[in-house]
Amino acid sequence: MKPPPFRYHDPKTVSEAVGLLDSLENAKLLAGGQSLMPMLNFRFVLPDHIIDLNRVDGLAYIRGAQGALEIGAMTRQRDLEFSEAVRARWPIMHEALLQVGHRQTRNRGTIGGSLCHLDPAAELVSLAMGYDATVMVAGPKGQREVPFAGFPVAYMTPAIEANELVVGVRFPQWAAKHGYAFVEFSRRHGDFAITSAAVLLEGDASGKITRASVTIGGMGTAPERAREVEQAIVGQVPAGTLFREACESCRKLEAIDDVHAPASYRQHLAAVLSRRALEKAHARLLEAHTGRPH
Amino acid sequence: MGETRKIALTVNGKRYEEEVEVRVTLADFIRHQLGLTGTHLGCEHGVCGACTILLDDRSARSCLMLAVQADGHDILTVEGIAPSPDKLHPLQQAFHEHHGLQCGFCTPGILTTLIEFLRDNPDPTEQEVRIAIAGNLCRCTGYQNIVTATLDAAKRLRAQPASASNLPSSS
Repeated sequence: MKPPPFRYHDPKTVSEAVGLLDSLENAKLLAGGQSLMPMLNFRFVLPDHIIDLNRVDGLAYIRGAQGALEIGAMTRQRDLEFSEAVRARWPIMHEALLQVGHRQTRNRGTIGGSLCHLDPAAELVSLAMGYDATVMVAGPKGQREVPFAGFPVAYMTPAIEANELVVGVRFPQWAAKHGYAFVEFSRRHGDFAITSAAVLLEGDASGKITRASVTIGGMGTAPERAREVEQAIVGQVPAGTLFREACESCRKLEAIDDVHAPASYRQHLAAVLSRRALEKAHARLLEAHTGRPH
Repeated sequence: MGETRKIALTVNGKRYEEEVEVRVTLADFIRHQLGLTGTHLGCEHGVCGACTILLDDRSARSCLMLAVQADGHDILTVEGIAPSPDKLHPLQQAFHEHHGLQCGFCTPGILTTLIEFLRDNPDPTEQEVRIAIAGNLCRCTGYQNIVTATLDAAKRLRAQPASASNLPSSS
């Protein structure tokens, strides 16, 4: 298994990369290579040109910006995993990253590559959906921003033109005291999730939920917000079977049948995993407010 | 032959300048062009972990990189782990003593993976070791002896603080 022949380009600047994308036919961007390289080895893709982003200046950074986290597209998953800032203020990202492949793949894999590959079961894609992240895209006419809700346009197809590239992503920040949980089911640690649930909660010391984000991954063509669950729990102080009943609505989300699991199994997982994630996130929310484990 | 490029890199402390076809993976370059066949290729699509090398001290799957991408970088393969031709690295010694390998096919990738892991985490739990090698497939030993050997190697490395700096490093 060897990659097919191609012409290789290694631009040093974003504008050089955009210029190449704009002028070359059938070109593919190479970021961390943890998805594109297997596809090249299998010859699932046959590009005439590879534009390697690994030597482009200024695309790898993690920085706070007005209550948000800005991450350069070529930032390695490993660097996010080990970032103190991420761990302190976006802790769900740390939890999710530990389930992204393995150390060997996180050392190379990038957040921009993950978001553009747009696997519906990818952890970082779910987080971008759960946070309503904003994707920063550069093209021949300059830079534009795409809200993540509109980023997936079809199965593994991002809303960017052939002559554009993702340069960064912005994750808003939730209250300093918030609850979070990323829970997934996969056959083996590090495998792609069959289904996952990402939960963010804000609330008060009484346990009342004032804001919720619940995202289910690995179901349909892209991760989806479980709006019915969010609506059912905001304003409530969870007790009894609130979470269990609210999460039943996840069984109605569209899901695919494939070699890993039938749709009905994924829908079952969605209901179970979203409940587990809510329980874990709510316990953390209470702990954040009271300083005691719940 | 398609497009080629001239690259310069360091492998196991030795400097190489080579002309390489741009579509050649780092794994094939290491094996066929440099003749360092200790790096093994199992699946060639980033699942089995046999081809793991260290790129600037970080583990990476060499089947998922192009050789041209290694231009200017520092590579460590399994051949570079031992301190000298007649002496094993403590990690290798522990694998030898605990029967941490049988056919040996996965061993180069497991050793390189663990070199980085034990540098980051010198006192791991058994569970942490199991997660660290979750990306390396072994079809002989059932992992039990690999985990035992790793925990023992960690203990040996902790007992001789000097050996921590003996871990192969490009820096």
